[in-house]
Amino acid sequence: MQILFYIFAAVAILAALNMVLQRTPVYSALSLIVVLCSLAAVYLLLGAEFIAVLQVIVYAGAIMVLFVFVIMLLNAGRETPSHRSRIAKWLGAPLIAGFLVEIVVVVRQQFPSSGGPSVAAPNGSPAGIGHLLFRSYALPFEVTSILILVAVLGAVVLAKKEF
Amino acid sequence: MGTFSDTAILLLIAVIKITVVLVVLLTAIAYTTWLERKVVAHIQARWGPYLVGPHGLLQPLADGAKFILKEDIIPIEADKFIYWLAPFLGFVLAFLSFAVIPFGEGFTLYGHPVRFQIADLNVGLLYVFAVTSLGVYSIALAGWSSNSKYPLLGGLRSSAQMISYELSLGLALIGTLMMAGTLSLRGIVDAQSGFWHIHGVNTWVPHWYIFAQPIGFFVYFTSAIAETNRVPFDLPEGETELVAGFHTEYSSMKFAMFFMSEYANMITVSCLATLLFFGGWHGPGFAWLPGIVQIFLPVFWFCLKVFCFMFFYIWMRGTLPRFRYDQLMSLGWKFLLPLAMLNILVTSFLIAWHG
Repeated sequence: MQILFYIFAAVAILAALNMVLQRTPVYSALSLIVVLCSLAAVYLLLGAEFIAVLQVIVYAGAIMVLFVFVIMLLNAGRETPSHRSRIAKWLGAPLIAGFLVEIVVVVRQQFPSSGGPSVAAPNGSPAGIGHLLFRSYALPFEVTSILILVAVLGAVVLAKKEF
Repeated sequence: MGTFSDTAILLLIAVIKITVVLVVLLTAIAYTTWLERKVVAHIQARWGPYLVGPHGLLQPLADGAKFILKEDIIPIEADKFIYWLAPFLGFVLAFLSFAVIPFGEGFTLYGHPVRFQIADLNVGLLYVFAVTSLGVYSIALAGWSSNSKYPLLGGLRSSAQMISYELSLGLALIGTLMMAGTLSLRGIVDAQSGFWHIHGVNTWVPHWYIFAQPIGFFVYFTSAIAETNRVPFDLPEGETELVAGFHTEYSSMKFAMFFMSEYANMITVSCLATLLFFGGWHGPGFAWLPGIVQIFLPVFWFCLKVFCFMFFYIWMRGTLPRFRYDQLMSLGWKFLLPLAMLNILVTSFLIAWHG
């Protein structure tokens, strides 16, 4: 199981790098899909099969389809590199490195000497998640759904103004 | 050593299962093309393929040879990598769904239970949805990478259509899932054994969910036809407007892969309809038959039900005209989606009422 985790983690990191470094938008979108699918595999290794499948259905299967759809509609070709910001060029890489080191240090302090990815989800089955959502977290769940409804209505109102 | 040989046997069983399923599936796909040509021909008062083998039965082999031998043309303006990736993606994803589909009960071999299913996931149905929801990339990317206007229009149409109909497809099944109380495909079929009892009286009507969820089934199968891009919803490849839609620029084996994934998807959808609404492998059993036939009888019932759905697909292709694009969209969003939601509402009320 450990070896599978390292394989999928490596795939996720490489695909994420490729997503940032690619010049063609479609390739970036495809790399992001690979990242999302490898994350789903990591969830699966942690015993959270419901979350893993939802990750693929919602993010890779629905949201990213819209991304690809828009890229195709705009027919976006290769990006030309811009030379506007010198600060970003010189400070970007060191800042990211510093940020990464910071994350590693904090994680090491918070979770010392965990021998590997052995954290098992308490109950990752659909029934377990359902119990959590509709018993312990019923109010946040309903509030989130109202928030999403408001966002949908807002999008419809904004789109209507065009006509 | 004992555990090692156990693992080895389990692995061997899995490999044998995968091989059998793939071989049967590929043969089934090849002969569905033959069946489609024959049935559509007879609907239109023609004979269909007749020259290669008796009643054209060797036609799929001839077609296969032709696909392999034809020149593979790649448009000069195409995005080579994605143009190559798209058919492979569609092909692989179309076959991945069959990993969780149960074909029958199974039997015990030297103390090892052998089930007619490659893997029994407790989120089996959602797994099928996850795999099929990725299938849209194959079509969208094929349309985009060809770098030509008709494939692009076909790809755009198909992604819009598949996103729209995925919603009603999923919502249509929730009523069934609430009744079965599980997402495992084997569990859903097990919940459909026996007969319906009304107030403790046996009605002798099989305990299939089609009798409790007719609206769910109607919405599911209509959306499924749209998801698989078949007549009357085959707008992504409508030849009167888009030449051949997303696969206009594809030739040779790459075209054959799109063709095969379309048929594999049709079979997946028919399998799901059988498993969720028509009791899977349950059917009349005959106690006087010998044991080996008893084992394979459920598989026969399953295949028979799937075959009926495949025939229905072809029948519709032979009889119905194509929808207009705006009609397709309003049917999905303004009719099927509210109907599926109403079905969920009524089902959940009834379940809460009866406990």
